Amino acid sequence: MVDPIFLLEAVVNGILLGGVLALLALGLNLIFGVIDIVWIAYVDLVTLCMYGVYFLVSLYGWPLWLAGLAGVGIGALLGVLVHLLIITPILSSPPINQLLATGGLLFFIQSVATLLWSTDHRSVRVSLPTLEVGGIFISFTRLLAFGLAILAMVALYLFLTRTYTGTAIRAVSQDREAIALMGARPQRLYLVTSAVGGAMAGVAGALLIIQYAVHPYFGGAFGPLTFMICVLGGLGNMVGAFAAAFIMAQVISVGGVLVSTEMGYVIAFVIFIVLMFVRPGGIFARRA
Amino acid sequence: MSGARLLGLAGVVALALVPLLPLGPAQEYIWHVIIQIFLWSFVGNAWSLMGRFGLVSLGHGAFLGVGAYATVLLWNFYGMTPWAGAGLAILITVAFALVVAYPCSRFQVVGHYFGLVTLAVGEVIRLLIVAERDWTGGSLGVTLTTGGTASDWWTLQFADKRVFYYVGLAAWLFGLWVWWRVDRSMARSAMEAIGEDETAAASVGIRVARFKMAITALSAALTALGGALLALYLAYANPDTLAGIGVSLRIVFAVVLGGMYALLGPFVGTALTIALSEYLRIYFGIKLIGIAETIYGLLLIVFIIFLPAGIYGSIAQAARRRLARPSGRLPLRA
Amino acid sequence: MLELHAVTAGYGAFTALWDVSLRVAQGEAVAVVGPNGAGKTTLLRAISGLIAPRAGRIAFEGAELAGRPAYEIVAHGIAHVPEGRRLFPQLTVAENLKMGAFLPSARAHFRESLERVYALFPVLAERPTQRAGSLSGGEQQMLAVGRALMSRPKLILFDEPSMGLAPVMVLRLFDLIRRVREEGYTILVVEQNVRQVLKLVDRAYLLEVGRIKIEGRAAELAEQDFVRQAYVGL
Repeated sequence: MVDPIFLLEAVVNGILLGGVLALLALGLNLIFGVIDIVWIAYVDLVTLCMYGVYFLVSLYGWPLWLAGLAGVGIGALLGVLVHLLIITPILSSPPINQLLATGGLLFFIQSVATLLWSTDHRSVRVSLPTLEVGGIFISFTRLLAFGLAILAMVALYLFLTRTYTGTAIRAVSQDREAIALMGARPQRLYLVTSAVGGAMAGVAGALLIIQYAVHPYFGGAFGPLTFMICVLGGLGNMVGAFAAAFIMAQVISVGGVLVSTEMGYVIAFVIFIVLMFVRPGGIFARRA
Repeated sequence: MSGARLLGLAGVVALALVPLLPLGPAQEYIWHVIIQIFLWSFVGNAWSLMGRFGLVSLGHGAFLGVGAYATVLLWNFYGMTPWAGAGLAILITVAFALVVAYPCSRFQVVGHYFGLVTLAVGEVIRLLIVAERDWTGGSLGVTLTTGGTASDWWTLQFADKRVFYYVGLAAWLFGLWVWWRVDRSMARSAMEAIGEDETAAASVGIRVARFKMAITALSAALTALGGALLALYLAYANPDTLAGIGVSLRIVFAVVLGGMYALLGPFVGTALTIALSEYLRIYFGIKLIGIAETIYGLLLIVFIIFLPAGIYGSIAQAARRRLARPSGRLPLRA
Repeated sequence: MLELHAVTAGYGAFTALWDVSLRVAQGEAVAVVGPNGAGKTTLLRAISGLIAPRAGRIAFEGAELAGRPAYEIVAHGIAHVPEGRRLFPQLTVAENLKMGAFLPSARAHFRESLERVYALFPVLAERPTQRAGSLSGGEQQMLAVGRALMSRPKLILFDEPSMGLAPVMVLRLFDLIRRVREEGYTILVVEQNVRQVLKLVDRAYLLEVGRIKIEGRAAELAEQDFVRQAYVGL
């Protein structure tokens, strides 16, 4: 059997991983909840932001914190571009076309990344200590990433509840015409939503590049995982996604320690399928 | 016999006679490309059985991969001839497809939900293949154990590529026949009704879940067969070429390019994409890896926005409209 | 203040309004009545900018508004309380009112407007954090009106405000509208409940199958024939 210390470590790491996964899931859900389109290529936007931070640090020698902020900006910009160039033309197309358009984007991003930067794995060297707490080792990098992810989510929450624009974004997803009668432009709200969603991808990218190496197919593992989390939490349900992210992170982390990393994902998937049988609307199914 | 049928028959006969032509020194390569086109078109047609009814699967690589790997591994480890092994592989794939399709069909998982689920399924199968590297060979793939280049009917290995030409042609025609039969069947009307309004369809007595699962099973079975044939032809299976998001999207792209709703749409799309990638490989060699997919991705986006019926589909639509002008009535077929 | 001249509007191939002309002077309360399907809702939607008229002019305080988008028109001072209230169900009472003040000009006076609304509708002040979707019909209508007031309008459009309300609530509602009117707002009401609305307004128009059939002072119209016509359309 596995040493309980390793199990405890896996649980803690699972929580830390859950923070970043929750960030990803919230960004995706925000856009879907408001605009009603799933950005299949969302995690690939994260990949691009990771590359961005990587190059700023390794090629241009920027300090990490500055590169991270730039990463958030890159994410927001990408969000705006995707919305204007790809989403706006297909807003009223059937769901098939919408899926294929963002799927095509995924394809495109992964291939362009391969073209430009080859399949080499690249990482940002961060020399932060490893803490020892009660016998288990916790990477300070992971802890930092977790803390910043929580901060970002709190910021998002405040934006959505305290500001006029944020509340209007919640309103436009409930009644588009009514919010127009209040003087808000739905199209502009969609744009802001895309920018915010992109910014969250940027934050996630900055937090991930210090933990994992980036390569063109980074979205391959994290993408389906994020989707499973969103579906499990109920598409469009922010609280559900938050909870589901931590649950899945635990499964992967503990499964990874008990069996193997890849099997951790497979187990997560099996659980996902089983839960789909039991609660198809997601664990926290949105009441109609 | 109607004009279209006569033309079709003539076409088939012509295709059957092609291997008798002397094609010069590059013929091995030409057969290789044509066989790929046949087999991938077959897979594309299988995908479009679901795609045209709104069940957009972005994870067909799962079915392809399971079909391919099951066939190869059954021979490598258990000595089961692919004639039977492929059959068993198809059954395994269909069982798997039904397990995933059941909750989706019963609980109205459609549109974006469905696409995401299939995406997850596709990737997880690839991960599973890589994880079980002890018997699947992991990322390096697995080779069909054969006696070299000798011909062996038992394992469908042939020294002369032209034999596989006929295998590919037969498979492709079979796929077209299945597609045509579904197109003419009650299932088509039922699926279109379901695609428009599931609740309304159910209230009229259409067994929604049953139809969805049947179409999924059919599509999965044919895709698995395609996977098996591809693995047998190449005598090799690799998780990235026969499973995962990449191959899933490539299939989708080819069908969308040619036209999802037309019989020959997948063929036209696949022929174009394979021709394009071969051209790029010859022209650029290994200098620009990923250029083909970059162009695919870009074209997929452009086509979905501006030409959702695909190249062949749009031409077919325009032609039908022009033919209908004298009487002023459009034929009922979409 | 508001002037419609020969407005024609509809949805797709269907035309709901033909050549409609009407006026509302500042400080007035005007009603548009008529049977179901007469085009009353289309009329208000054309004024507030949710749909663009096909022909005709809509002038508000001299500015030409026909065809302008809704978010622009509200900035000119026209608030629309839509048919069915159209509240944001998942947002709280306070958040709905906040959205009403989205316009920069309204935001500047948010506190003041909010106090006014809470003074008019004490029920809303009691439950600011309750989800709008869980309010009763009468409370929802009050919230919808309050939300419209938050934009500091000059003209308020009411689309079938009594719809879906119990008779007791209907009386209270019209009392409410009367109080809003007394605060100084100009009112244009579209209603099916002819008897009640005629007690409230100065003038009324009868709209039938997209055309204005009758116009007159409320006191004169409040007799049998007109009322019968409005209900049955004969």
